[in-house]
Amino acid sequence: MAEHLLDAKGLKCPLPILKTKKALKPLASGAVLEVLSTDPGSVADFGAFCRTTGHELLERDESAGVYRYLIRKA
Amino acid sequence: MSEQAATGIDANSMTIIVTKGSLDWAYPPFILATTAAAMGLEVAMFFTFYGLGLLMKDLDLKVSTLGNPAMKMPLMGMHMGMPNIVSAIPGIDSATTRMMKNLIRKKGIAPVRELRDLAIEADVRLIACQMTMDMFEYEPEDMIAGLEFGGAATYIEAAKTSHINLFV
Repeated sequence: MAEHLLDAKGLKCPLPILKTKKALKPLASGAVLEVLSTDPGSVADFGAFCRTTGHELLERDESAGVYRYLIRKA
Repeated sequence: MSEQAATGIDANSMTIIVTKGSLDWAYPPFILATTAAAMGLEVAMFFTFYGLGLLMKDLDLKVSTLGNPAMKMPLMGMHMGMPNIVSAIPGIDSATTRMMKNLIRKKGIAPVRELRDLAIEADVRLIACQMTMDMFEYEPEDMIAGLEFGGAATYIEAAKTSHINLFV
């Protein structure tokens, strides 16, 4: 279970990524953030975001149209 | 020798020349700039000609049906294109603008103002073309705070060391 949660449901690109970046900023290295999104485009975007920034995408799943991402801050 | 030392280009940088000021054209530059900044890039945006409209304190962005053959807005379950003659109807641009703003709000897309605020917060450089300011008789007071003012040479200097340079 992640220590921090970001509910980005109902928001479209680029907001899920921008809000994730903002939510990660005050966290310590190693902290885990859970992000919820309803944007299907977010699947590819979160992969790209993590690969580019070095934050680790621990887990990714989808259920009933809600995408869940577990990201560990680099 | 690192690639950056050899070429002088910062691999994590982007510039965008912004020349359009309608509601639809406001999105690509601000989405690219904010997302790039969120992914760790240094970003500079150079606003010239109608792009200056995106820097005004009172944002009043519109979209037009005229000369937009690719515009087919979702309407009553279909996609509706607008023949140019429709643009002669008084108020049609306002109606189209309102429709687009409703779509933006309904679909959870950020308004331009929010994207602009996020860009500033992310330290994206916003450079206003001084020549266009003079030509269209805009004053710095008409614009938001935090802008740089410069000309083509200012842009070229930034572009020279930037990895990604875009023209919108």
